[in-house]
Amino acid sequence: MSPRAVNPPVPAATDPASIRNFCIIAHIDHGKSTLADRMLQITGIVSDRDMRAQYLDRMDIERERGITIKSQAVRMPWQQGDRAYALNMIDTPGHVDFSYEVSRSLAACEGAILLVDAAQGIEAQTLANLYLALENDLEIIPVLNKIDLPAADPEKYAKELADLIGGSPDDVLKVSGKTGVGVEELLDRVVERIPAPVGDADAPPRAMIFDSVYDSYRGVVTYVRMIDGQLKPRERIQMMSTKATHEILEIGVSAPEPQPSKGLGVGEVGYLITGVKDVRQSKVGDTVTTAVKPATEALAGYTEPLPMVFSGLYPIDGSDYPELREALDKLKLSDASLVYEPETSVALGFGFRCGFLGLLHLEIVTERLQREFGLDLIATAPSVVYEVTTEDRKTVTVTNPSEFPTGAKITEVREPVVKAAILAPKDYVGTIMELCQSRRGTLLGMEYLGEDRVEIRYNMPLGEIVFDFFDQLKSKTAGYASLDYEPTGDQAADLVKVDILLQGEQVDAFSAIVHRDKAYAYGVLMTGRLRELIPRQQFEVPIQAAIGARIIARESIRAMRKDVLAKCYGGDISRKRKLLEKQKEGKKRMKMVGRVEVPQEAFIAALSGDVEKKDAKK
Amino acid sequence: MGAALPLGEPAPADGLLPASAALGAAGRAFGVYVHVPFCRVRCGYCDFNTYTSDELRGAKQSDYAGEAIGEIRMSRGVLEASGLPARPAQTVFFGGGTPTLLPADDLVAMLGAVRDEFGLAEGAEVTTEANPDSVGPDDLARLAAGGFTRVSFGMQSAVPHVLAALDRTHDPERVPLVVGWARDAGLDVSLDLIYGTPGESLDDWRRSVEYAIAQRPDHLSAYALIVEEGTKLARQIRRGELAQPDDDLEADMYELVDERLATAGYEWYEVSNWASNAGQRSRHNLGYWRGDDWWGVGPGAHSHVGGVRWWNAKHPSAYADRIAAGVSPAVGREVLDRAARETERVLLRARIREGLEISTLHTGGRHAVAALLADGLVDARAALSGVLTLTRRGRLLADAVVRRLLEDSVVE
Repeated sequence: MSPRAVNPPVPAATDPASIRNFCIIAHIDHGKSTLADRMLQITGIVSDRDMRAQYLDRMDIERERGITIKSQAVRMPWQQGDRAYALNMIDTPGHVDFSYEVSRSLAACEGAILLVDAAQGIEAQTLANLYLALENDLEIIPVLNKIDLPAADPEKYAKELADLIGGSPDDVLKVSGKTGVGVEELLDRVVERIPAPVGDADAPPRAMIFDSVYDSYRGVVTYVRMIDGQLKPRERIQMMSTKATHEILEIGVSAPEPQPSKGLGVGEVGYLITGVKDVRQSKVGDTVTTAVKPATEALAGYTEPLPMVFSGLYPIDGSDYPELREALDKLKLSDASLVYEPETSVALGFGFRCGFLGLLHLEIVTERLQREFGLDLIATAPSVVYEVTTEDRKTVTVTNPSEFPTGAKITEVREPVVKAAILAPKDYVGTIMELCQSRRGTLLGMEYLGEDRVEIRYNMPLGEIVFDFFDQLKSKTAGYASLDYEPTGDQAADLVKVDILLQGEQVDAFSAIVHRDKAYAYGVLMTGRLRELIPRQQFEVPIQAAIGARIIARESIRAMRKDVLAKCYGGDISRKRKLLEKQKEGKKRMKMVGRVEVPQEAFIAALSGDVEKKDAKK
Repeated sequence: MGAALPLGEPAPADGLLPASAALGAAGRAFGVYVHVPFCRVRCGYCDFNTYTSDELRGAKQSDYAGEAIGEIRMSRGVLEASGLPARPAQTVFFGGGTPTLLPADDLVAMLGAVRDEFGLAEGAEVTTEANPDSVGPDDLARLAAGGFTRVSFGMQSAVPHVLAALDRTHDPERVPLVVGWARDAGLDVSLDLIYGTPGESLDDWRRSVEYAIAQRPDHLSAYALIVEEGTKLARQIRRGELAQPDDDLEADMYELVDERLATAGYEWYEVSNWASNAGQRSRHNLGYWRGDDWWGVGPGAHSHVGGVRWWNAKHPSAYADRIAAGVSPAVGREVLDRAARETERVLLRARIREGLEISTLHTGGRHAVAALLADGLVDARAALSGVLTLTRRGRLLADAVVRRLLEDSVVE
């Protein structure tokens, strides 16, 4: 007998007892999307013919990286015994940068599938999300995925999971999203274990926004979880944080294509369309109620997204600046946490100072700008938010090294601190501790997960993490370590601004706020990089690193002595002219720092650390 | 001349030039270049359009003079039909390849064709390039008798390991011999030197320079070795068998040769060329730098007439086929617009001692002169009298100077 529901429950007329709301907590590439795809197929809402790999990950970037950036919800029918159920699967972002969005997605559920790769075991981000799920009182269903892989070790990892969340290793389900093995059993377990939602059907409606997506055709699509009451088409609704009101033009569920309905009732999950064009008018975590008889109390847990990491984004071709502005304006419509303002740089020209939730968010935004808008960009070294107090008791918030006060004497600099959790095989403990120590970390604790994996917890300045910490961690642990962090506050630290000067001219893009003990190393690193990258000029170019007026490191680029074609006879002239014309074109990509011509590529390479020796010839 | 032909528009089968080519022709000197695309062996650094006997694909060295004469006859018709006035050749230059691989009589016959079609101007300069090991006293005497006035020997170096790295087969001891024979025949003598060869030290170079000066030639050329893509030398450098020539060492070498030659009484008149007096400057080559007109005869040869540049089919057999069919051997050309002509004028004139009249530069270029003066790249005395001439340092950075002169140029 097929467990596909014969008479699936209808939205707006579904008994909450027949609803199960759950999400899947998994690490990148542990197979969440593939498992979700199998569920869509097995419940029959996506026909085999329409199935495409990773149906739910809509953006190219997501599909390529195998990670989920924006969540969605899908309503799937499922039959058990003589009862038909509506299973709402809420897809959560997997990354720590989006922990607020994760927390809201979790708040929309009563249960969670904890999905772990049977060949790799649990990772730090998964652990972090698992903590969040337990904090939200979610029922956890532990599942090992990819049991079809030859390297799978289900016994070992079942024990690890059981140790972690309690219960017996036998309770851990073993599935393969790829082959479909165990997926029906998993759906049954969802029905059995996860509690049905409860709410007051007669109270004024309250729905929690757990995602808000911009669609260029339909405007903002708001995903909600109904807590109390009902919402209907053409009803006037109110956003409780802003009191803004809108009319519901369409309401419905995703199956997984949008399916308009007569409304949404208690415990249901679906979407609203009001015609607004900006996701900022429909904020994740906000409560939707009716405008006529609004609820008095908003649902708990709403906060404004706070950018943690800042970076300057510049078009490589300066004439693309208006396009960059337009692209950011468009991106903002679908990304409520992206903030930006115009900024200029001597080295890089006109650009924008952008705030991000974290490094991955920065990377994703940059990549979307490049891919979806065809822009060639350079991002300056990421910076965090510092609070700098000067002698005159003024405090300045610094998100860009150029804002670091220079005139007055500085009495205190405070920097953001995070609690970092690193999960790795035990053999790497020494290496990891060394790295964290070198990044001014303080050990908080260490715990074994199973026999050979360790969770190491550190208090660390966020500024140290944003500066290539993750890359270092990965490379020092052969890619095995995973990292999660959450902000815990701030601390005073001995931080200074190091400037880089080219022939006495400050190159703003390379200024950095670093700990005094690291200033020299940073100066040596950057001056060395620039010496390798900047082509020789017709004069000697000193490159210096300085704290205020004090030079802490110095390199120099020797003057170029020969730049002439030896032979230029009849047959060489066309070639020579064309070369000259090409060089003139190339010069447009040169940035002038004082009299020094610096190829844009050199700045980019110096910022990215991608240093190859400059070509001796042009 | 580089091996690869430039990209341009196709040249018409009749070779006719656009009307613009004739404008101002009476004020421009006319010269003829004859390319001889044969070599006994190919040198590892060379990417010139030249062929050894087993690369000729049916073209015959012995037929070549006849084919070239065919083009010379055709050229007069084309120039006439394109509205160019009749002008005697001021200079004729036989280059290669190795022109002296052909019998002296062939070279004299080709020169004869130039004389028949265009006439040679009074005191015309007629040069041939020669390898020290491909000429004897009789050849040189026959050339002189046939109207040649000048011979340019590819000496390259006096140091055996440097010559070996260049694949040059001659014995340096042969240079004084051939120079003597040329003198005996009444020919002016030029020596070509190459510096920056992998493995060549500054001392090696000094030895070559002194050796060349000791021959008391009338004229010297010294070229930094250019590593051209596709040559054996480029492959050897890429594989790490030979070292990439070092720019700083080459700069030292240039300074050395310029200083030594100045002391020995030679004056530079182009970045890579020196003469014992103004009368010994290569007038043919000056024509290239002054934007004069010349017809280039032979496979892959380039021509320039009044802002039109064209180039012939590259391979000797393709060239021979076209001449046999009575079709213009030109395969591609470009008609320079005003901006391109100005760019060429600046880049070529900046290389020669005669220099550029500063008043002819556009505003941006004129403003750049002050900075170039301050940087010591431009001769101050010349600049104050209105002419831009490069200092030694300026010559070493000539391309950079030209870029600065052309910066922000808007030529309407």
